[in-house]
Amino acid sequence: MAVTCLIVDDSKLARIVAGKAIAALQPDWMRIEAANAADALAIVANQQIDLAILDFNMPDKDGLELAAELRVSHPRMPIAVITANVQDEIIARVRELNATFVAKPVTEDAISGFISGAALRLRKAPA
Amino acid sequence: MIDDITALDELERDALTELVNIGVSRAAASLRKMINKQVILSVPSVEIVTRRSAASLFEQRESEDFVAVQQQFEGPFSGRALLIFPERNGLSLARAIVGDEMDEADLAEMEDETLRETGNVILNCCLGSMANMLQHTLKMSLPEVHRGNSTAFFGVLDRAADESFVLFLYINFSVQDRQIHGYIAMLMDLPSLEKLKKLIADFIDRVMA
Repeated sequence: MAVTCLIVDDSKLARIVAGKAIAALQPDWMRIEAANAADALAIVANQQIDLAILDFNMPDKDGLELAAELRVSHPRMPIAVITANVQDEIIARVRELNATFVAKPVTEDAISGFISGAALRLRKAPA
Repeated sequence: MIDDITALDELERDALTELVNIGVSRAAASLRKMINKQVILSVPSVEIVTRRSAASLFEQRESEDFVAVQQQFEGPFSGRALLIFPERNGLSLARAIVGDEMDEADLAEMEDETLRETGNVILNCCLGSMANMLQHTLKMSLPEVHRGNSTAFFGVLDRAADESFVLFLYINFSVQDRQIHGYIAMLMDLPSLEKLKKLIADFIDRVMA
C-alpha cells in the first residue's frame, strides 16, 4: 500500500519545499499538507498517515505539542520536527518524543536520513 | 500610499516570514549559548505600516521606556535591525550573560557593552542568515545602544516621516526562568522593499525549481 506522508507547516512555501524534497526521495509516496496543528489532527483522525513532518514554530500549537499528541495515538509513527532553532532544550524534547530533528531550511540532503529511516521502518512494520 | 509594485503577494510574504523565522531561530540558538537558558520565540509578524504605527505598537505593549541595540544594514536592501527590551530588562540580560559573580556596580558599568555585544551577535546572526539565503551580502554598521521611547528608534523624526511606510518585521522572545522579554524588529524603507521583493522572487524560484 502507498505510504502517506503528512507535512504540517504554517508557511505554504515551506510545505512546498518539504514536499519537493520528499517527492525527489520517494516519488511514490502520497503527500498531504496541513497549515496548522488542528487541521493536522483532524486529518490524522480520519485517514491512514504513515509518517509526519512537523514545523516547530507555528501559531497556536507548536510542532512539539503536536508531536506529543500524535505520539499518543501513533506510538510508532516516524515523526520529524523541523526547525532552525537548534537550542538544546528543543532538540532534547524532540528526542524524548522519539522523533527526529531536521534543520531548516529543508533540503533533500537534510531530510534524507529521516526519510530513508522511515521507509525502512515502514517496510518492516507498517505504522 | 502603498502601490502595487511594492506590495508583497501571499507567497512572497510567506517566504519573507519564513526567512525571518529561520534567521531569528538561529539567533535564538546563539543567545541560548550565551545565557545558558532556553529562549522562547513567538511566530514572526510581517507588516507594511507607517513608522508611527510601528512605534506605537511597542508603546502600547509596554508601560516603560526601552533600551535598544540598533544596527543599520546596507546592501541590495537597507534598513535597521533592532533588539529591543523594556529598559529594566537590560540589566537582567547583562546579568544573565556575565553570570552571578560580578557585583552590581561593575555590572551597571558593563551593561551597555554587554547589550551592544549581545545585540551584535543576535542581529548579525539573524541578518546574516537572511542574507545568505537570499545570496547577497549586507554591510552592517556597528551596534549602538539607545534608550528612550520607540518613536526615536524607529526614526519618527518629524510629522512628514511619521506617515512614511516601512516594512516592519518583529518577533517577541522571552528567556526561561528569568524575567526577560524583548523584541527583534526590522524596518525597511519602501525603495529597499522593491529590491527585496526581487530577491525574494529569486529565492522562491531557487527553492521551488
